[in-house]
Formats: sequence, structure tokens, C-alpha cells
Amino acid sequence: MTISIPPDKKESIEGLQPKGWFRYFSFSLDHKVIGLQYLVCGFIFYLIGGALASAIRIELTSPISDFMARDIYNQILTLHGTIMIFLWIVPVVNGAFGNYLIPFYVGARDMAFPRLNAIAFWLIPPAGLLLISSYFINGAAQSGWTAYPPLSITSPAAGQLIWILSVLLLGGSSIFGGINFIATILKLRRPGLKLMQLPMYCWAMLGTSILVVLSTPVLAGTLILLSFDIIAHTGFFNPALGGNAVIYQHLFWFYSHPAVYIMVLPAFGLVSEILPVHSRKPLFGYTTMVYSIMAIVLLGFVVWAHHMFTSGTPPWMRLFFTIATSFIAVPTGIKFFNWVATLWGGRISLNSAVLFSCGFIVNFVLGGITGVALAQVPFDIHVHDTYFVVAHFHYIVYGGSVFVIFSSIYHWYPKFTGRMLNESLGKFHFALTFIGFNLCFAPQHWLGLNGMPRRVAEYDPQFTFINQISSIGALIMALSTLPFLWNVFHSAFKGTIAGDNPWLALTPEWLTSSPPPVENWEGPAPLVTKPYGYGKSTASINKATTSSKEVEGS
Amino acid sequence: MTTLTQTEQSSTTEDLQQEEHADHRMFGLATFLVADGMTFAGFFAAYLTYKAVNPLLPDAIYELELPLPTLNTILLLVSSATFHRAGKALNNNEAKLCQRWLLITASLGIAFLASQMVEYFTLPFGLTDNVYASTFYALTGFHGLHVTLGTIMILIVWWQSRSPNGRVTSKNTFPLEAAELYWHFVDGIWVILFIILYLL
Repeated sequence: MTISIPPDKKESIEGLQPKGWFRYFSFSLDHKVIGLQYLVCGFIFYLIGGALASAIRIELTSPISDFMARDIYNQILTLHGTIMIFLWIVPVVNGAFGNYLIPFYVGARDMAFPRLNAIAFWLIPPAGLLLISSYFINGAAQSGWTAYPPLSITSPAAGQLIWILSVLLLGGSSIFGGINFIATILKLRRPGLKLMQLPMYCWAMLGTSILVVLSTPVLAGTLILLSFDIIAHTGFFNPALGGNAVIYQHLFWFYSHPAVYIMVLPAFGLVSEILPVHSRKPLFGYTTMVYSIMAIVLLGFVVWAHHMFTSGTPPWMRLFFTIATSFIAVPTGIKFFNWVATLWGGRISLNSAVLFSCGFIVNFVLGGITGVALAQVPFDIHVHDTYFVVAHFHYIVYGGSVFVIFSSIYHWYPKFTGRMLNESLGKFHFALTFIGFNLCFAPQHWLGLNGMPRRVAEYDPQFTFINQISSIGALIMALSTLPFLWNVFHSAFKGTIAGDNPWLALTPEWLTSSPPPVENWEGPAPLVTKPYGYGKSTASINKATTSSKEVEGS
Repeated sequence: MTTLTQTEQSSTTEDLQQEEHADHRMFGLATFLVADGMTFAGFFAAYLTYKAVNPLLPDAIYELELPLPTLNTILLLVSSATFHRAGKALNNNEAKLCQRWLLITASLGIAFLASQMVEYFTLPFGLTDNVYASTFYALTGFHGLHVTLGTIMILIVWWQSRSPNGRVTSKNTFPLEAAELYWHFVDGIWVILFIILYLL
């Protein structure tokens, strides 16, 4: 029985892909192009969200609302939160690096569903524009990124509805991405590659995608019900009509607590890729790392009510959620010690990527400690809805995720562009970011402990001095973006040529040219069974990465 | 002898698939349906919580009539079976039979929607009467939306299977299989919905 082999697919696929710079603005199906689309698009939204944050900090330099009106402050605050979470961190730690790296790591030429992948990305720019345009139409939403009713029902409807629509689009994008990652990691692994041989980022993305697929739809359903409350005057969450606002909180946090892990688990994965390369040591405790990721995924689903200790939550629920939340410290602590042990005794090259990763570890420990503190009911009731929570949250998502995003950009930029970033500018960028970040957010712990409420444009004059210190920190953070932007633009044209593997790394994305060809490897996909086999002689490294078995037509 | 050829053939096809792209669309769809199911799970959780913590005023409690929803349940369960027959017929390369079963399935879906409409018009409460009524309409309406989409899918599959050069043939069963999986999912959700909304 003979079967006619179809004509060479490669040619037709390349015909479909637009060439040159234009492909970054097109409906490209190449996972690398989509990854960079996510990254650049996300960074533009980061700049917008950062400008909004600066506006907030300018307003807070004085105890009265003089820089902007109170309702404008509420809108700015809502836009800042929504943009930073849904348009910057979630798309970048998942979409950008996930799309770029996961196919390499599993030894595939593209994601499982390239078209769905492109759709998932192209939902983001319109959703973002929609969200920002709401500010100019009739005023943006004013109820914060949580959109708690009755606030979200009683504030002006147009802005809130556009906000809901935008978040639904972004949720859809996130779900499509999650489906794609699960299918790619589980189904597209090249023959001979076992799950326990995958780089850690694959595990992080698998766990994250499970969280995305299981929790995002609940948020979507909740927001649809909320829009019914606004449009059709139903009473799901409106106590005046017999509804229950606390049920909204339960449903919202069922998504939004896992959302914190959706933002931070991929960052864990990225750090686990970066540290071994630059300390020339294997990742410490691979197996415990995998199990702790899965433990975080599992526990992430049963801790949501720790956001609601002051919402009339019954005592048994408080007890349960305090214990469950405290348990999360165990797998997170395991990961922390694994990173430290990876660095321990390594030949660390202290470049920008490593500095940002180490900055992440430091900030994340501080954010983690305040997280454990916040899980305890007596303490939480004291600081609930104060700046302590703001400080904790930013230590996790900025000190955690954003530091890792920068670290990853320094690490993978040579692969993206084929050129190196300037190291001195990178270190300068790190110094500014680290100092600015800690100066901005560390004092906010004190503000919160002393009772300054969050999300309000005005505050008690006794807090003025500390708020001004915090604003100076924010200014330094804003300035820190400048050397970074200059570095990225300048190095894209004038940076030193990186070569294929400037870090002498072992993971598969480095075993091809920089930037990689459309089909990822010119020849067959390499079989990398020991992605962290550092610290041995070069010969054994070569052995670990033999590209013995071909994917194609064996 | 025949079996031997068949295995040989299938293994070669597998090799071929590996060279291009293995077909993981059903896996992707199943993952999506898990996500979709979570939306329903959220609605069910909200409904049950309302029942537990938001007691209604005595005069706001209505007993739901059972005959019509029971008929609806039977309609959907039968349609699942007829869809299955359509898939079998297509696999056996009996296009005409497959089309007939598809049309029967689609008619059952339309009958379900019509019957649901009748129920809506006869119910003693409206969307905004109370939170219980709102949740009832949100749940059945969201499910009805799924049935509507499913019926349209079935009709598209039927349309595509009419010509031997169409997209749905015994060589390309994916559209039919995907619609079938989706339809079974929607039926399963209905059974849960029926139990929670009408029987509990």
C-alpha cells in the first residue's frame, strides 16, 4: 500500500507568513512573531498604565485632591489596575514568553493551534483601545479593577459596561491562549521527550493554563450577570432588589485569586530558566519545583475568600481560608529556597538579567511575608483596604512579575533580535528600578498599618511626608524606563552581534540561530533531555543535547 | 488479511500526521468545553448560594411546572442518540443516512427551543421579579444560547455533508465529531440544570 506524500508543506507555510517588519502588524501565525507582538503591545500598555500610576502618585503628594477631581481619580485608578493586570502582566508573562518559548521547549515548530493563537493576540489591542477610549466617551469605570457591586451598579453605566466588555474580550483571549498552551505542552512534545525532562517554564505554563481555563470562565459569567444588573436592572448583586453583593465577591475572587498565580507562576518558571544559565549550575530540586507548582495550582483554587475576611464571612470559612492560604507559603518557600540553592556556590555572572532575577527574589520574599501576614484574620481585619494591601500587592506583581519580565527581556533579547543589550545601561536600569520600587512601596506598609485607606484621592494630612517619599520613589521608577527604552531601541540596530548562544545555555531555543528561522530549527528539532546539565565538562554538555533523533520522517 | 492492511494503513497515516501536524483539534475543543462548563458551574454555584442564603418572601415562591421541562429533557437526550447515529452513518460512508439523522437532530434541537419558548411565556414570573427568577432566566437562557449555537452547527454540518465533495465526508469527520461532542456537552449541562433548577 503506497500513500502519496503531500507536497512539501514548508513552502506553503512560508508563503502564508508575511516577511519583514510588516509581519509584526499582521495576522501572523508564527509563534515567535505572536510572542513579540504580545510583548511589545503589552509594553505599550505598561507605559500607559505607568503614566496613570504617575498621575496617581502626583495626586497623592498632597492630602487634598488638587491635581485632579475625585471622580477622575477613581477612573484613573480603575484604568491603572485594569491595564496593568489584564493588558500588561497577564499577556506578557503568559502570552509573550509562553508563545515564544513553549514551542522551542517541547521541540515543536509552532503552537498546537496557530490560528487560535493569532486570534487570541488580536483580541488584545481592540480590548485595550476600548478600555482606554471609555475615558474619553463618557468617563471610564470608577469601581476599581474589582468592580464590586453596588459601587459598579450605581456609578455611571457607560464606562462600567465598556469595562466589562473589554475584560470579557481579554478573558476570552486568555482562555484561548490557555487551551493552546495545554494542547502544545501535553500533545506536541517531540518524540522521546518526557514530561519530567521539560524546562521548568513548561510546567509553570501548564499549571497557569489550568488555572486560566478553569477560573477565567467564572469571571466571564459573573461579569455577564453584572452587566444584566446594570442594563436590565436585575438584582443578582443588588441588595435593594433582593440580591447579594457578597456572591459577586465570591465569584470574582474565585477567578481573581488564581489570577495572582496566573501573573506570578509563569514568572517563577522564567526565573527558573534564567538562574541556572547564569550561575552555571543545574536547577536545584527540579522535582520539588514541579510538585510545588502543581500544589500552588491546587491550593490556588481554595483560598479565594481570604480577600473577603471583612465581608461578613462566617467564622468557619475564615478558619478554613486562613489555613489554606497559609499552606501556600510551603510550596512557595520551597521554590524560593530552590532558587537560592541554585545560586549557591555557582559561577554567577552578575549581569542585568541576574540582577533583576535576584531583585525579584528579594522583593518576592517581602511580598510573600506580608501575604502570610494578611492571611491571618486578626491582622487582615486591621489592615483591610489600607495601603498595606496596596504595598503587598505591588511587591508581588511589580517586585515579582515585572522584575521577572525585565530579567527575561535582558535574557532573551539576544534571541529575539540577534543583538546584545548594553550591560551598563541595563545595570543602571536595574539600580533605578530597584531603588525606586522599594522607595515607592516600602513606606506604604507603614501608611497602611497607621490606617491610611486605599483608593481615595484625599487623606489625613499626618500621612503627607510618607506619601511624598513614596511619590519620589514612583518618579524614580518612571525615570528608570528611559534608559531601558533607549537601550532596547539603540541595541536593536547598534548592539553587538549576539551569536546563536551568547549565554552558552542548554535549553532548545538557544540551539538555533538568533533570531530563529520560521520553522525554529533548520534541521531536525534537538532532543534536550537535560535542560539544566550545567557545571560539567563541555563534552558532557554536548552529550546532553545530542540531536540524535530526528522529528521528521524517522 | 483485511485487518492487517488496516493496521498498516493507520500506522502510516500516523507517521504522516506526525510529519505535518498531528490533529489535536478535538483535544482543544474538549479543553474549551471544560472552560465553558466552568461558566455554568459559576452560575450553578451562584444559584445554589442564593437558595441557601437569600430566602424569598413567601408570596414570591413559585412552583415550577414539571411536564414541559421533562419533555425538553427527553427531546435533548433523544437528540444526543440521533446525533450519535449520524456519526456512525458517516463513518460507514452512508452519507444519505447521516444527513437524515442530522436533520432529525436539528429538528429536535429546534423543538427544544420552541418548547422552552412556550415555557417562558407561561411562567408566572419575569426576569426582574426577584433574584431567583433572574437566575432562572440567566441559566436557562445561557443554556438556550448554547442549544441555538449547536443547532446552527448541526445545520452547517448537514449542509456541508450534502455533496460528496463537501467538507464533511467519511474522510473528514472532524466537523461532525466536534459538533457532536459539543452537543453531548450541552445535553449533559441540561441534565444537571434540570436536576438543580427543577427537581431540587
